[in-house]
Amino acid sequence: MTEAKLMKGNEALAEAAIQAGCDAYFGYPITPQSEVLEYLAREMPKHGRLVMQAESEVASINMVYGAAGAGFRSMTSSSSPGISLMQEGISYLAGAELPCLIVNVNRAGPGLGTIQPGQGDYFQSVKGGGHGDYKMIVLAPASVQEMADFVFLGFDLADKYRNPVLILSDGAIGQMMEKVVFKPYTNPQVDKSAWATTGKPTTRERNYVTSLFIQPERMEVHNLKLEEKFKRIRENEVRFEEINTADAEYIFVAYGLSARICQKTMDLAREKGIKVGLLRPICVYPYPYKRLEELASQVKCMISVELNSGQMVEDVQLAVKGKVPVEFIGKMGGLLFTPEEILQQLEKLIQQYHAN
Amino acid sequence: MLEELIVAGFGGQGVLSLGMTLAYAGMVENKEISWMPSYGPEMRGGTANCMVSISSNKISSPIISRFDSAIVLNQPSMDKFEARIKPGGLLLYESGNIFKPSTRTDIDIIGITATTEALLMKNAKIMNMIMLGAYLQLKPVVQIDSILEALKKVLPDKYHFLLDINRQALVRGGEMAVLSKEQTVA
Repeated sequence: MTEAKLMKGNEALAEAAIQAGCDAYFGYPITPQSEVLEYLAREMPKHGRLVMQAESEVASINMVYGAAGAGFRSMTSSSSPGISLMQEGISYLAGAELPCLIVNVNRAGPGLGTIQPGQGDYFQSVKGGGHGDYKMIVLAPASVQEMADFVFLGFDLADKYRNPVLILSDGAIGQMMEKVVFKPYTNPQVDKSAWATTGKPTTRERNYVTSLFIQPERMEVHNLKLEEKFKRIRENEVRFEEINTADAEYIFVAYGLSARICQKTMDLAREKGIKVGLLRPICVYPYPYKRLEELASQVKCMISVELNSGQMVEDVQLAVKGKVPVEFIGKMGGLLFTPEEILQQLEKLIQQYHAN
Repeated sequence: MLEELIVAGFGGQGVLSLGMTLAYAGMVENKEISWMPSYGPEMRGGTANCMVSISSNKISSPIISRFDSAIVLNQPSMDKFEARIKPGGLLLYESGNIFKPSTRTDIDIIGITATTEALLMKNAKIMNMIMLGAYLQLKPVVQIDSILEALKKVLPDKYHFLLDINRQALVRGGEMAVLSKEQTVA
Protein backbone atom coordinates (compact mmCIF):
# COMPACT_ATOMS: atom_id res chain seq x y z
CA MET A 1 0.00 0.00 0.00
CA THR A 2 2.58 2.57 -1.07
CA GLU A 3 0.37 4.16 -3.72
CA ALA A 4 -0.45 7.81 -3.02
CA LYS A 5 -4.06 8.51 -2.11
CA LEU A 6 -6.00 11.74 -1.98
CA MET A 7 -7.65 11.98 1.42
CA LYS A 8 -8.96 14.40 4.00
CA GLY A 9 -6.75 14.78 7.04
CA ASN A 10 -9.42 13.22 9.27
CA GLU A 11 -9.83 10.24 6.93
CA ALA A 12 -6.08 9.68 6.62
CA LEU A 13 -5.83 9.68 10.40
CA ALA A 14 -8.66 7.16 10.67
CA GLU A 15 -7.17 4.86 8.01
CA ALA A 16 -3.81 5.05 9.78
CA ALA A 17 -5.48 3.99 13.03
CA ILE A 18 -6.69 0.82 11.33
CA GLN A 19 -3.29 0.11 9.78
CA ALA A 20 -1.62 0.78 13.14
CA GLY A 21 -3.64 -2.03 14.64
CA CYS A 22 -5.92 0.09 16.80
CA ASP A 23 -8.13 -2.44 18.63
CA ALA A 24 -10.79 -0.08 19.93
CA TYR A 25 -12.04 3.40 19.15
CA PHE A 26 -14.52 5.30 21.32
CA GLY A 27 -15.90 8.64 20.23
CA TYR A 28 -18.71 11.11 20.04
CA PRO A 29 -19.35 13.22 16.93
CA ILE A 30 -18.28 16.85 16.81
CA THR A 31 -17.34 19.11 13.90
CA PRO A 32 -14.67 19.40 12.50
CA GLN A 33 -13.54 15.82 13.23
CA SER A 34 -16.68 13.71 12.74
CA GLU A 35 -15.12 12.07 9.65
CA VAL A 36 -12.88 10.09 12.01
CA LEU A 37 -15.82 8.38 13.71
CA GLU A 38 -17.67 8.03 10.38
CA TYR A 39 -14.70 6.40 8.67
CA LEU A 40 -13.92 4.06 11.54
CA ALA A 41 -17.57 3.11 12.10
CA ARG A 42 -17.62 2.01 8.45
CA GLU A 43 -14.19 0.35 8.21
CA MET A 44 -13.20 -0.98 11.66
CA PRO A 45 -15.81 -3.76 11.90
CA LYS A 46 -14.44 -5.16 8.59
CA HIS A 47 -11.18 -5.78 10.45
CA GLY A 48 -12.88 -7.25 13.51
CA ARG A 49 -12.10 -4.21 15.64
CA LEU A 50 -14.35 -2.30 17.99
CA VAL A 51 -15.90 1.10 17.32
CA MET A 52 -18.31 2.53 19.82
CA GLN A 53 -20.19 5.79 19.68
CA ALA A 54 -20.37 6.68 23.35
CA GLU A 55 -23.08 8.81 24.97
CA SER A 56 -20.61 11.62 25.59
CA GLU A 57 -16.93 12.53 25.50
CA VAL A 58 -16.72 11.81 29.23
CA ALA A 59 -17.86 8.27 28.50
CA SER A 60 -15.49 7.94 25.51
CA ILE A 61 -12.37 8.74 27.48
CA ASN A 62 -13.35 6.44 30.34
CA MET A 63 -14.01 3.63 27.85
CA VAL A 64 -10.49 4.28 26.55
CA TYR A 65 -9.29 3.88 30.16
CA GLY A 66 -11.03 0.53 30.38
CA ALA A 67 -9.79 -0.79 27.05
CA ALA A 68 -6.22 0.48 27.56
CA GLY A 69 -6.23 -0.99 31.06
CA ALA A 70 -7.14 -4.36 29.54
CA GLY A 71 -4.12 -4.06 27.24
CA PHE A 72 -5.80 -3.00 24.00
CA ARG A 73 -4.52 -0.37 21.55
CA SER A 74 -7.15 2.28 22.24
CA MET A 75 -8.01 5.64 20.86
CA THR A 76 -10.48 8.51 20.93
CA SER A 77 -10.81 11.74 19.00
CA SER A 78 -12.77 14.93 19.40
CA SER A 79 -12.58 18.68 18.94
CA SER A 80 -11.92 21.37 21.53
CA PRO A 81 -15.14 21.41 23.66
CA GLY A 82 -15.16 17.60 23.69
CA ILE A 83 -11.49 17.46 24.65
CA SER A 84 -12.24 19.79 27.58
CA LEU A 85 -14.82 17.27 28.78
CA MET A 86 -12.17 14.54 28.63
CA GLN A 87 -9.60 16.26 30.83
CA GLU A 88 -10.49 14.41 34.01
CA GLY A 89 -10.21 11.07 32.22
CA ILE A 90 -6.88 12.04 30.63
CA SER A 91 -5.50 12.84 34.08
CA TYR A 92 -6.62 9.39 35.28
CA LEU A 93 -5.04 7.70 32.24
CA ALA A 94 -1.75 9.49 32.90
CA GLY A 95 -1.97 8.67 36.61
CA ALA A 96 -2.60 4.98 35.90
CA GLU A 97 0.11 5.00 33.20
CA LEU A 98 -2.16 3.77 30.44
CA PRO A 99 -1.02 4.06 26.81
CA CYS A 100 -3.59 5.52 24.42
CA LEU A 101 -3.95 7.92 21.52
CA ILE A 102 -6.10 11.03 21.83
CA VAL A 103 -6.77 13.32 18.86
CA ASN A 104 -7.86 16.94 19.14
CA VAL A 105 -8.94 18.58 15.88
CA ASN A 106 -8.77 22.05 17.39
CA ARG A 107 -11.56 24.56 16.69
CA ALA A 108 -11.72 28.13 17.93
CA GLY A 109 -13.12 28.92 21.39
CA PRO A 110 -13.58 29.46 24.30
CA GLY A 111 -16.86 27.78 25.10
CA LEU A 112 -18.73 26.24 22.21
CA GLY A 113 -16.90 28.80 20.09
CA THR A 114 -17.00 28.15 16.38
CA ILE A 115 -16.37 25.10 14.25
CA GLN A 116 -13.62 26.87 12.30
CA PRO A 117 -9.93 26.08 12.92
CA GLY A 118 -7.92 27.49 15.81
CA GLN A 119 -4.89 26.80 18.01
CA GLY A 120 -6.36 28.00 21.28
CA ASP A 121 -5.92 24.62 22.98
CA TYR A 122 -2.12 24.90 23.15
CA PHE A 123 -1.93 25.57 26.89
CA GLN A 124 -4.46 22.85 27.64
CA SER A 125 -2.46 20.36 25.57
CA VAL A 126 1.09 21.06 26.74
CA LYS A 127 0.77 22.54 30.23
CA GLY A 128 -1.61 20.06 31.79
CA GLY A 129 -5.31 20.41 31.09
CA GLY A 130 -6.44 17.93 33.70
CA HIS A 131 -5.51 18.00 37.38
CA GLY A 132 -2.27 16.90 38.97
CA ASP A 133 1.30 16.56 37.77
CA TYR A 134 1.34 14.85 34.40
CA LYS A 135 2.36 15.46 30.81
CA MET A 136 1.39 14.05 27.45
CA ILE A 137 3.58 13.76 24.38
CA VAL A 138 1.88 16.17 21.97
CA LEU A 139 2.39 15.76 18.21
CA ALA A 140 1.32 18.64 15.93
CA PRO A 141 0.74 17.56 12.31
CA ALA A 142 1.07 20.18 9.55
CA SER A 143 -0.11 18.07 6.61
CA VAL A 144 -2.44 15.24 5.72
CA GLN A 145 0.63 12.99 5.47
CA GLU A 146 1.54 13.77 9.07
CA MET A 147 -2.06 13.15 10.18
CA ALA A 148 -1.39 9.57 9.11
CA ASP A 149 2.28 9.28 10.15
CA PHE A 150 1.69 10.55 13.69
CA VAL A 151 -0.92 7.89 14.39
CA PHE A 152 1.74 5.17 14.01
CA LEU A 153 4.30 7.22 15.91
CA GLY A 154 1.73 8.18 18.56
CA PHE A 155 0.67 4.61 19.33
CA ASP A 156 4.32 3.49 19.51
CA LEU A 157 5.29 6.34 21.84
CA ALA A 158 2.24 5.67 24.02
CA ASP A 159 3.34 2.05 24.41
CA LYS A 160 6.99 2.97 24.91
CA TYR A 161 6.26 5.31 27.81
CA ARG A 162 2.92 3.88 29.00
CA ASN A 163 1.45 7.36 28.71
CA PRO A 164 -1.35 9.08 26.75
CA VAL A 165 -0.19 10.71 23.50
CA LEU A 166 -2.10 13.61 21.98
CA ILE A 167 -2.27 14.53 18.31
CA LEU A 168 -3.01 18.26 18.26
CA SER A 169 -4.42 19.07 14.83
CA ASP A 170 -6.91 21.71 13.70
CA GLY A 171 -10.05 22.05 11.61
CA ALA A 172 -8.22 23.01 8.42
CA ILE A 173 -5.72 20.14 8.50
CA GLY A 174 -8.60 17.81 9.34
CA GLN A 175 -10.81 18.97 6.47
CA MET A 176 -8.28 19.56 3.71
CA MET A 177 -7.27 16.94 1.15
CA GLU A 178 -3.70 16.23 0.15
CA LYS A 179 -1.71 13.29 -1.07
CA VAL A 180 -0.95 10.67 1.52
CA VAL A 181 1.18 7.54 1.35
CA PHE A 182 0.73 4.86 4.00
CA LYS A 183 4.13 3.46 4.77
CA PRO A 184 4.28 -0.23 5.62
CA TYR A 185 3.92 -0.66 9.37
CA THR A 186 3.95 -3.64 11.68
CA ASN A 187 2.24 -3.40 15.03
CA PRO A 188 4.99 -4.34 17.53
CA GLN A 189 2.32 -6.11 19.64
CA VAL A 190 3.92 -4.95 22.87
CA ASP A 191 3.49 -7.50 25.66
CA LYS A 192 1.36 -5.76 28.30
CA SER A 193 0.65 -8.78 30.47
CA ALA A 194 2.99 -7.53 33.21
CA TRP A 195 0.62 -4.68 34.11
CA ALA A 196 -2.62 -4.92 32.13
CA THR A 197 -5.75 -6.78 33.24
CA THR A 198 -5.36 -9.50 30.67
CA GLY A 199 -6.40 -12.36 32.93
CA LYS A 200 -4.56 -13.62 36.00
CA PRO A 201 -2.39 -16.71 35.65
CA THR A 202 -1.62 -18.68 38.84
CA THR A 203 2.04 -17.76 38.56
CA ARG A 204 1.74 -14.15 39.68
CA GLU A 205 -0.27 -11.70 41.74
CA ARG A 206 -3.17 -9.93 40.05
CA ASN A 207 -2.46 -6.79 38.05
CA TYR A 208 -4.09 -3.71 39.47
CA VAL A 209 -4.69 -0.62 37.30
CA THR A 210 -5.29 2.50 39.35
CA SER A 211 -4.42 6.15 39.78
CA LEU A 212 -5.37 6.08 43.47
CA PHE A 213 -2.46 6.25 45.93
CA ILE A 214 -4.17 7.34 49.11
CA GLN A 215 -1.04 7.24 51.28
CA PRO A 216 0.99 10.40 50.61
CA GLU A 217 4.28 8.51 50.80
CA ARG A 218 3.16 6.06 48.11
CA MET A 219 1.75 8.94 46.05
CA GLU A 220 5.13 10.64 46.21
CA VAL A 221 6.93 7.50 45.03
CA HIS A 222 4.50 7.27 42.12
CA ASN A 223 4.89 10.98 41.33
CA LEU A 224 8.67 10.68 41.30
CA LYS A 225 8.43 7.70 38.98
CA LEU A 226 6.21 9.68 36.64
CA GLU A 227 8.54 12.68 36.77
CA GLU A 228 11.48 10.44 35.87
CA LYS A 229 9.47 9.27 32.86
CA PHE A 230 8.60 12.83 31.77
CA LYS A 231 12.29 13.70 32.08
CA ARG A 232 13.17 10.82 29.74
CA ILE A 233 10.49 12.08 27.35
CA ARG A 234 11.98 15.59 27.44
CA GLU A 235 15.44 14.17 26.74
CA ASN A 236 14.48 11.81 23.94
CA GLU A 237 11.35 12.95 22.15
CA VAL A 238 11.98 16.55 21.10
CA ARG A 239 11.08 16.84 17.42
CA PHE A 240 11.23 19.87 15.16
CA GLU A 241 11.87 20.96 11.61
CA GLU A 242 13.99 23.90 10.50
CA ILE A 243 13.72 25.68 7.18
CA ASN A 244 16.08 28.47 6.09
CA THR A 245 17.40 29.05 9.60
CA ALA A 246 21.11 28.95 8.67
CA ASP A 247 21.33 32.59 7.58
CA ALA A 248 18.10 33.84 9.20
CA GLU A 249 17.97 37.21 10.96
CA TYR A 250 14.36 36.63 11.93
CA ILE A 251 12.82 33.28 12.83
CA PHE A 252 9.17 32.35 12.74
CA VAL A 253 8.20 29.76 15.32
CA ALA A 254 4.94 28.10 14.31
CA TYR A 255 3.32 24.67 14.48
CA GLY A 256 0.62 22.89 12.48
CA LEU A 257 -1.37 24.94 9.98
CA SER A 258 0.35 28.18 11.05
CA ALA A 259 3.70 26.69 10.04
CA ARG A 260 2.37 25.91 6.56
CA ILE A 261 1.11 29.46 6.12
CA CYS A 262 4.43 30.83 7.45
CA GLN A 263 6.34 28.81 4.85
CA LYS A 264 4.66 30.80 2.11
CA THR A 265 5.28 34.06 3.97
CA MET A 266 8.92 33.04 4.20
CA ASP A 267 9.11 32.48 0.43
CA LEU A 268 7.51 35.88 -0.22
CA ALA A 269 9.83 37.58 2.29
CA ARG A 270 12.96 35.95 0.87
CA GLU A 271 11.99 37.24 -2.60
CA LYS A 272 12.18 40.70 -1.03
CA GLY A 273 15.58 39.94 0.49
CA ILE A 274 14.32 39.54 4.07
CA LYS A 275 16.29 36.78 5.75
CA VAL A 276 13.61 34.90 7.61
CA GLY A 277 13.59 31.27 8.66
CA LEU A 278 11.12 28.90 10.27
CA LEU A 279 11.35 26.58 13.21
CA ARG A 280 8.39 24.22 13.35
CA PRO A 281 7.96 22.26 16.57
CA ILE A 282 6.68 18.83 15.49
CA CYS A 283 6.27 17.90 19.15
CA VAL A 284 4.87 20.82 21.11
CA TYR A 285 5.51 18.72 24.22
CA PRO A 286 8.37 18.13 24.76
CA TYR A 287 9.38 21.51 23.36
CA PRO A 288 12.59 22.39 21.43
CA TYR A 289 13.80 24.87 24.07
CA LYS A 290 17.47 24.07 23.57
CA ARG A 291 17.51 24.55 19.81
CA LEU A 292 15.62 27.84 20.08
CA GLU A 293 18.14 29.06 22.64
CA GLU A 294 21.00 28.19 20.25
CA LEU A 295 19.32 30.01 17.40
CA ALA A 296 18.71 33.08 19.58
CA SER A 297 22.39 34.03 19.32
CA GLN A 298 22.13 34.67 15.56
CA VAL A 299 18.78 36.44 15.12
CA LYS A 300 17.38 39.92 15.72
CA CYS A 301 14.14 38.48 17.05
CA MET A 302 11.95 35.40 17.23
CA ILE A 303 8.33 35.66 16.11
CA SER A 304 5.75 33.20 17.37
CA VAL A 305 2.90 32.85 14.87
CA GLU A 306 -0.27 31.26 16.23
CA LEU A 307 -4.01 31.06 15.65
CA ASN A 308 -4.77 32.24 19.17
CA SER A 309 -4.13 35.17 21.51
CA GLY A 310 -0.50 34.20 22.19
CA GLN A 311 0.17 30.93 24.00
CA MET A 312 3.22 29.17 22.55
CA VAL A 313 4.96 32.57 22.55
CA GLU A 314 5.50 32.00 26.29
CA ASP A 315 7.50 28.84 25.54
CA VAL A 316 9.59 30.74 22.99
CA GLN A 317 10.29 33.35 25.68
CA LEU A 318 11.27 30.60 28.11
CA ALA A 319 13.57 29.12 25.48
CA VAL A 320 15.51 32.26 24.53
CA LYS A 321 15.91 33.40 28.15
CA GLY A 322 15.70 37.08 27.28
CA LYS A 323 18.63 36.92 24.85
CA VAL A 324 16.53 38.33 22.01
CA PRO A 325 13.11 39.96 21.81
CA VAL A 326 10.18 37.63 21.17
CA GLU A 327 7.29 38.97 19.12
CA PHE A 328 3.85 37.53 18.45
CA ILE A 329 1.63 37.47 15.37
CA GLY A 330 -1.80 35.97 15.91
CA LYS A 331 -5.34 35.62 14.68
CA MET A 332 -8.44 34.41 16.49
CA GLY A 333 -12.10 33.69 15.93
CA GLY A 334 -11.64 30.72 13.64
CA LEU A 335 -10.30 33.13 11.01
CA LEU A 336 -7.03 32.37 9.30
CA PHE A 337 -4.20 34.74 8.56
CA THR A 338 -3.00 34.79 4.99
CA PRO A 339 0.69 34.58 4.05
CA GLU A 340 0.51 38.22 2.90
CA GLU A 341 -0.96 39.41 6.21
CA ILE A 342 1.88 37.80 8.14
CA LEU A 343 4.37 39.37 5.72
CA GLN A 344 2.89 42.83 6.35
CA GLN A 345 3.23 42.38 10.09
CA LEU A 346 6.77 41.07 9.68
CA GLU A 347 7.73 44.14 7.65
CA LYS A 348 6.22 46.39 10.32
CA LEU A 349 8.31 44.62 12.97
CA ILE A 350 11.46 44.95 10.89
CA GLN A 351 10.86 48.71 10.54
CA GLN A 352 10.61 48.94 14.33
CA TYR A 353 13.90 47.10 14.75
CA HIS A 354 15.60 49.41 12.25
CA ALA A 355 14.20 52.51 13.96
CA ASN A 356 15.76 51.42 17.25
CA MET B 1 4.45 25.61 -12.01
CA LEU B 2 2.01 26.69 -9.31
CA GLU B 3 -1.68 27.33 -9.96
CA GLU B 4 -3.74 28.68 -7.09
CA LEU B 5 -7.44 28.53 -7.76
CA ILE B 6 -10.69 29.20 -5.97
CA VAL B 7 -13.99 27.58 -6.94
CA ALA B 8 -17.03 29.25 -5.36
CA GLY B 9 -20.81 29.13 -5.65
CA PHE B 10 -23.98 27.86 -4.02
CA GLY B 11 -24.05 24.57 -2.13
CA GLY B 12 -25.34 21.93 -4.56
CA GLN B 13 -23.71 23.40 -7.67
CA GLY B 14 -20.87 20.94 -7.44
CA VAL B 15 -18.29 23.43 -6.27
CA LEU B 16 -16.46 21.07 -3.94
CA SER B 17 -16.54 18.13 -6.35
CA LEU B 18 -15.25 20.30 -9.21
CA GLY B 19 -12.23 21.21 -7.11
CA MET B 20 -11.80 17.66 -5.89
CA THR B 21 -11.89 16.20 -9.42
CA LEU B 22 -9.24 18.69 -10.49
CA ALA B 23 -7.11 17.77 -7.45
CA TYR B 24 -7.44 14.06 -8.24
CA ALA B 25 -6.40 14.73 -11.84
CA GLY B 26 -3.35 16.60 -10.54
CA MET B 27 -2.49 13.52 -8.53
CA VAL B 28 -2.92 11.30 -11.61
CA GLU B 29 -0.23 13.46 -13.23
CA ASN B 30 2.01 13.14 -10.16
CA LYS B 31 1.70 16.80 -9.31
CA GLU B 32 1.54 18.16 -5.79
CA ILE B 33 -1.97 19.21 -4.81
CA SER B 34 -4.01 20.57 -1.95
CA TRP B 35 -7.77 20.99 -1.65
CA MET B 36 -9.15 23.14 1.14
CA PRO B 37 -12.94 23.30 1.46
CA SER B 38 -15.07 25.80 3.31
CA TYR B 39 -17.04 23.91 5.93
CA GLY B 40 -19.72 24.74 8.44
CA PRO B 41 -22.07 27.71 8.46
CA GLU B 42 -20.81 28.99 5.12
CA MET B 43 -21.75 25.73 3.47
CA ARG B 44 -25.09 25.38 5.24
CA GLY B 45 -26.06 29.01 4.62
CA GLY B 46 -25.62 28.94 0.86
CA THR B 47 -22.16 29.70 -0.42
CA ALA B 48 -19.48 27.03 -0.60
CA ASN B 49 -15.95 27.29 -1.86
CA CYS B 50 -12.73 25.37 -2.11
CA MET B 51 -9.18 26.46 -2.69
CA VAL B 52 -7.13 24.20 -4.93
CA SER B 53 -3.37 24.38 -5.41
CA ILE B 54 -1.64 22.39 -8.15
CA SER B 55 2.11 22.54 -8.32
CA SER B 56 5.19 20.82 -9.63
CA ASN B 57 6.80 21.50 -6.23
CA LYS B 58 5.77 20.93 -2.63
CA ILE B 59 2.91 23.23 -1.65
CA SER B 60 3.58 25.54 1.27
CA SER B 61 0.33 27.17 2.37
CA PRO B 62 -2.98 25.51 1.54
CA ILE B 63 -4.59 28.79 2.56
CA ILE B 64 -4.57 31.19 -0.37
CA SER B 65 -5.61 34.83 -0.39
CA ARG B 66 -4.68 35.85 -3.96
CA PHE B 67 -5.73 33.65 -6.83
CA ASP B 68 -4.29 32.87 -10.26
CA SER B 69 -7.79 31.83 -11.29
CA ALA B 70 -11.33 31.89 -9.95
CA ILE B 71 -14.28 29.78 -11.09
CA VAL B 72 -17.32 31.61 -9.81
CA LEU B 73 -20.85 30.22 -9.93
CA ASN B 74 -22.98 32.81 -8.12
CA GLN B 75 -23.17 36.55 -7.46
CA PRO B 76 -22.12 36.56 -3.77
CA SER B 77 -18.95 34.67 -4.76
CA MET B 78 -18.28 37.12 -7.58
CA ASP B 79 -18.60 40.02 -5.15
CA LYS B 80 -16.41 38.32 -2.57
CA PHE B 81 -13.55 37.04 -4.71
CA GLU B 82 -13.17 39.14 -7.89
CA ALA B 83 -10.85 41.66 -6.21
CA ARG B 84 -8.56 38.89 -5.00
CA ILE B 85 -7.59 37.59 -8.44
CA LYS B 86 -3.99 38.43 -9.32
CA PRO B 87 -3.50 40.89 -12.21
CA GLY B 88 -3.25 38.89 -15.42
CA GLY B 89 -5.30 36.12 -13.81
CA LEU B 90 -8.45 34.41 -15.00
CA LEU B 91 -12.04 34.93 -13.87
CA LEU B 92 -14.35 32.28 -15.27
CA TYR B 93 -18.00 32.64 -14.31
CA GLU B 94 -21.37 30.98 -14.88
CA SER B 95 -23.22 33.77 -16.65
CA GLY B 96 -26.75 32.44 -16.00
CA ASN B 97 -26.30 32.93 -12.25
CA ILE B 98 -24.42 36.20 -12.34
CA PHE B 99 -26.05 39.47 -13.32
CA LYS B 100 -23.18 41.77 -12.37
CA PRO B 101 -19.80 40.44 -13.47
CA SER B 102 -16.48 42.06 -12.63
CA THR B 103 -15.51 45.28 -14.41
CA ARG B 104 -11.78 44.77 -13.87
CA THR B 105 -9.65 45.36 -16.96
CA ASP B 106 -6.43 43.73 -15.74
CA ILE B 107 -7.70 40.13 -15.76
CA ASP B 108 -9.27 37.79 -18.32
CA ILE B 109 -13.02 37.57 -17.73
CA ILE B 110 -14.92 34.77 -19.44
CA GLY B 111 -18.62 33.99 -18.92
CA ILE B 112 -20.16 30.62 -19.84
CA THR B 113 -23.85 29.69 -19.82
CA ALA B 114 -23.06 26.33 -18.30
CA THR B 115 -26.36 25.83 -16.45
CA THR B 116 -28.41 26.22 -19.64
CA GLU B 117 -26.00 24.01 -21.53
CA ALA B 118 -26.24 21.30 -18.88
CA LEU B 119 -30.03 21.37 -19.22
CA LEU B 120 -29.68 21.06 -23.00
CA MET B 121 -27.51 18.02 -22.36
CA LYS B 122 -30.32 16.71 -20.12
CA ASN B 123 -28.29 16.50 -16.92
CA ALA B 124 -28.28 19.57 -14.67
CA LYS B 125 -25.58 18.03 -12.48
CA ILE B 126 -22.85 18.24 -15.12
CA MET B 127 -22.81 22.04 -15.02
CA ASN B 128 -19.65 21.92 -12.91
CA MET B 129 -17.92 19.66 -15.45
CA ILE B 130 -18.77 22.13 -18.25
CA MET B 131 -17.13 24.85 -16.15
CA LEU B 132 -14.13 22.61 -15.51
CA GLY B 133 -13.80 21.89 -19.24
CA ALA B 134 -13.88 25.63 -19.96
CA TYR B 135 -11.29 26.29 -17.27
CA LEU B 136 -8.92 23.65 -18.61
CA GLN B 137 -9.27 25.08 -22.11
CA LEU B 138 -8.11 28.45 -20.79
CA LYS B 139 -5.62 27.11 -18.21
CA PRO B 140 -4.44 23.64 -19.23
CA VAL B 141 -2.98 22.77 -15.81
CA VAL B 142 -3.94 19.11 -16.30
CA GLN B 143 -5.02 16.99 -19.31
CA ILE B 144 -8.69 16.19 -19.90
CA ASP B 145 -7.64 12.52 -19.98
CA SER B 146 -6.37 12.86 -16.41
CA ILE B 147 -9.76 14.22 -15.35
CA LEU B 148 -11.44 11.18 -16.89
CA GLU B 149 -8.89 8.90 -15.25
CA ALA B 150 -9.62 10.63 -11.93
CA LEU B 151 -13.39 10.26 -12.36
CA LYS B 152 -12.92 6.57 -13.08
CA LYS B 153 -11.13 6.24 -9.75
CA VAL B 154 -13.48 8.42 -7.73
CA LEU B 155 -16.79 7.16 -9.03
CA PRO B 156 -17.96 3.76 -7.80
CA ASP B 157 -18.33 1.23 -10.64
CA LYS B 158 -22.10 1.55 -10.69
CA TYR B 159 -21.74 5.19 -11.79
CA HIS B 160 -19.22 4.51 -14.55
CA PHE B 161 -22.02 4.84 -17.11
CA LEU B 162 -21.84 8.58 -16.30
CA LEU B 163 -18.24 8.85 -17.49
CA ASP B 164 -19.30 9.51 -21.07
CA ILE B 165 -21.61 12.42 -20.29
CA ASN B 166 -18.87 13.88 -18.08
CA ARG B 167 -16.45 13.64 -20.99
CA GLN B 168 -18.98 15.33 -23.28
CA ALA B 169 -19.48 18.08 -20.70
CA LEU B 170 -15.74 18.70 -20.41
CA VAL B 171 -15.38 18.91 -24.21
CA ARG B 172 -18.45 21.14 -24.55
CA GLY B 173 -17.10 23.45 -21.85
CA GLY B 174 -13.84 23.74 -23.74
CA GLU B 175 -15.65 24.67 -26.96
CA MET B 176 -17.76 27.27 -25.16
CA ALA B 177 -14.65 28.83 -23.62
CA VAL B 178 -13.10 29.22 -27.08
CA LEU B 179 -16.27 30.84 -28.44
CA SER B 180 -16.64 33.10 -25.43
CA LYS B 181 -13.01 34.17 -25.62
CA GLU B 182 -13.37 35.01 -29.34
CA GLN B 183 -16.44 37.14 -28.58
CA THR B 184 -14.61 38.92 -25.73
CA VAL B 185 -11.70 39.73 -28.00
CA ALA B 186 -14.05 40.95 -30.77
